[in-house]
Amino acid sequence: MNAAAETDIRSAKVSFAPPNRAADAAFRFLTWLMAMMVVALVGLVGWKLFQGSRLSIQKFGLGFFVHSNWDPVNGDFGAAPFIFGTFVSSLLGLLMAMPLSLGTAIFLTELSPSWLRQPAITLIEMLAAVPSVILGLWGIFVMVPWLRDHPYHWLNSALGFLPLFQGPVYGVGILSAAVIIAIMIIPIITSISREVFRTVPQSQREAAFALGATRWEVTRLAVLRHSVRGIFGAGMLGLGRALGETMAVTMVIGNRPEISKSLFAPGYTLASAIANEFAEAASDLHSSALFELGLALLLVTIATNILAHLLIGAVGAPTRGQ
Amino acid sequence: MLTLAGPGWVEAQLLINGAGATFPYPIYSKWFDEYSKVDPSVHFNYQSIGSGGGQREILEGTVDFGASDGPMSDQNLARAPGRILHIPTLAGADAVTYNLEGNPVLHFDGPLIADIFMGKITRWNDARIAVLNPGVPLPAEDIVVVHRSDGSGTTYILADYLSNVSPEWAKQVGRGTSIKWRTGLGAKGNEGATGQIKQIPGAIGYVELIYAIQNNLPCASVKNASGNFVAPSMASINAALTGAAVPDDFRFSIVNARDSQAYPIAGATWLLVYAKQADSAKGRKLVEFLRWAMSQGEQIAPTLNYVPLPRELVQRVGREIDEIRY
Amino acid sequence: MTAETTPESNRRWRETKSALVSAACWVCALIVMTPLALVLFHLLRLGASSLDWTFFTQLPKPVGETGGGMANAIVGSFVLVGLAAAIGVPIGVLGGIYLAEYGSGRVNFMVRFAADILNGTPSIVWGIVVYALVVIPMKGASAYAGGLALGFMMIPLIIRTTEEMLTLVPQSHREAALALGIPRWKFIVHIALKTARKGILTGVLLAAARVAGETAPLLFTTPGNHFWSRSLSEPIASLPVQIYVNAIGPYDEWHRQAWAGALVLLFMALAVNVGARLITGRNNPPAIH
Repeated sequence: MNAAAETDIRSAKVSFAPPNRAADAAFRFLTWLMAMMVVALVGLVGWKLFQGSRLSIQKFGLGFFVHSNWDPVNGDFGAAPFIFGTFVSSLLGLLMAMPLSLGTAIFLTELSPSWLRQPAITLIEMLAAVPSVILGLWGIFVMVPWLRDHPYHWLNSALGFLPLFQGPVYGVGILSAAVIIAIMIIPIITSISREVFRTVPQSQREAAFALGATRWEVTRLAVLRHSVRGIFGAGMLGLGRALGETMAVTMVIGNRPEISKSLFAPGYTLASAIANEFAEAASDLHSSALFELGLALLLVTIATNILAHLLIGAVGAPTRGQ
Repeated sequence: MLTLAGPGWVEAQLLINGAGATFPYPIYSKWFDEYSKVDPSVHFNYQSIGSGGGQREILEGTVDFGASDGPMSDQNLARAPGRILHIPTLAGADAVTYNLEGNPVLHFDGPLIADIFMGKITRWNDARIAVLNPGVPLPAEDIVVVHRSDGSGTTYILADYLSNVSPEWAKQVGRGTSIKWRTGLGAKGNEGATGQIKQIPGAIGYVELIYAIQNNLPCASVKNASGNFVAPSMASINAALTGAAVPDDFRFSIVNARDSQAYPIAGATWLLVYAKQADSAKGRKLVEFLRWAMSQGEQIAPTLNYVPLPRELVQRVGREIDEIRY
Repeated sequence: MTAETTPESNRRWRETKSALVSAACWVCALIVMTPLALVLFHLLRLGASSLDWTFFTQLPKPVGETGGGMANAIVGSFVLVGLAAAIGVPIGVLGGIYLAEYGSGRVNFMVRFAADILNGTPSIVWGIVVYALVVIPMKGASAYAGGLALGFMMIPLIIRTTEEMLTLVPQSHREAALALGIPRWKFIVHIALKTARKGILTGVLLAAARVAGETAPLLFTTPGNHFWSRSLSEPIASLPVQIYVNAIGPYDEWHRQAWAGALVLLFMALAVNVGARLITGRNNPPAIH
């Protein structure tokens, strides 16, 4: 035992009266109750969403998810454009984020000089602390105009024959949403990848070096090869984060419930639709349809996160200290 | 609990919550600010979330009053737990505004506007725009339509007008606070729509007049029922207002008005209030405010280019306010 | 053997490849750090000049007028985080204690799984759930509703870090307490919590910083107040919502204040994060994902 621990025990206010069974039982019950409230909260969330969606589920059934009309006037609702927008922007964002995150994680664990490592880690994790609305603010006034006038303009003129890059370039749209999502999920993918790489024992790397491998070969053979599952898991975790992103995406996606081939077209995500329309859904059916969007969003996010945890194996207990 | 008294911070006894239309938000926010000086014991907290939101919140009882520029439907009125009164406060205009180099003042007519907003006309240098605007340099750029993503009375006024002048619009799109748009970007509130138009070159949209003026955006002159191209202004809105037939429930429309100088896309805006107020103290303060609005408030309206109601209508509204019980 | 490769040329090719990949990884790291630098740069450039006394002490002005400030939004954010902590800290810390000290395999798995689900719940979903739960029955938005939504979001973060920090308390401590006849609950409260308090406090602070920046849960539960709130059952202004509303509006005056508000918010969030690292003195503060 170290000195600090001994001091703690000595300064602890303890009496030598016989152990109070009632107090122990009460405390245990209290903590158990709080832990159960966490479980109950999940039930509450699910129940409220189902309750809110009931009208819409009854009216539209499963077809809701493939129907692509969103018409509040005539009471015809379908989630397809939002599901499309959510997935396309998130997956595209993931596509952009993965290589950058992996490269950065490799840099941080394998390549960085030790004096640089901690400051770099701190900087990258600070990005995770930036609230979504601030990134959105920066997105609207700095990122989107720059993207519109430079890369998008170039892509539109040079590669405009491809349906992906056709159509008017508004600036806001699916591609901008994907870029902002990428920025937001890079820290988490980098962080998890870093942890995954660190679990590879140093001896593996040393063995590869001893056999004459170059730096890259060491990384590839000793680290990456054994981290494939973890990397997938990191990506899935990032995807889970991306799917639920609301504010920054709403501010740069253009808010159009439509499925389009062009990356420059405006789109709509499940979260953005709820954010924009919920406060004033004109009819009970409209409001119920929005609840159903929320339910769909929750289920998709949960599924993604479960998959991620299975891949990383992080649902286990933290290891006991010694 | 949060008694933050200090120099100039007056502690009010009562907070009255309202929500709804963004169309009159500038003048309402001025009214509430002025009124807090007239009667420091009450504060009016108004959230501009769109007419759809105003209607919804008053129906659910989550606010003390609502605001909307689209009248509530019979269906919704029937659903309400009590009788809701439409109290008209002012008239304003849907300015058709756009972001073009040089801020030219363009001439449009009803069917043209309908086709632009339906996505049928996609370039600024389209022949149909050029023919109404000879001599105005029109760029060979895409038209970016900006519409509302939330439930909007401003949208209602435009849709009401376009349904009147374009049979195709009436058939394919119709009236409503939330309609199905064929094209364009969605923006939240008059504020968001103006913001988008300001940000995107080549954008076109519809916003309440004061938003366009305060943000230095040009307004189109629209052809009215008499065949004149009229710009939105207090005079032209007033012309639309005169002679309007106002039924007993005060839900009236002034789009495409007869008067030769009338701006065709004008509309009134209402405060939505329960005839039987649940909270007596709040009800009293609300009625006091409404009376102030109908007298002093109406006088401030022109400072922000809103048109006060004609005197006879104000008297009728006064009798409507008398019906509120608290 | 297809090409005439000597061991030397092969080695050079492999070394070149390795150097290229390393360079690419350096570039990746640089690219990744750029957005943060850009955001900070623009916030400072566009917002710093607006951080005056007026901004911190005045209420917002009517639409279209210049001047005014975000005083009520700043105070409102603190109030909301305080309310959130009142819910999040007891449930999170006590729940974490259960997981670390009393719980067993299956129950713990269920609780941790539930906490993970709550953690992954999108913030907008919290908004509509608490709207249905609190705003409708209470007939109105309120600081309570907003605080509750944020509190729910804090729970999974705090429960996880508490459990993590408590399991770091050496087993020998528990055994010694047992040997001395100290009741279990006294051990937990007076010894284990004391030992782990830095880490737990850090976890709470990080969770608070995280929810302080959330906008979506507040959109329907407490969309804003142009005045000072006199009671918690009234809607209250908050910094993130005010920034959002100002950002999507057209007025340059609003934008100016949005940048200033964003600077204040970001500064507070970063200060807490950096502070957390300093408190724990470790390289890896409790992970808040």
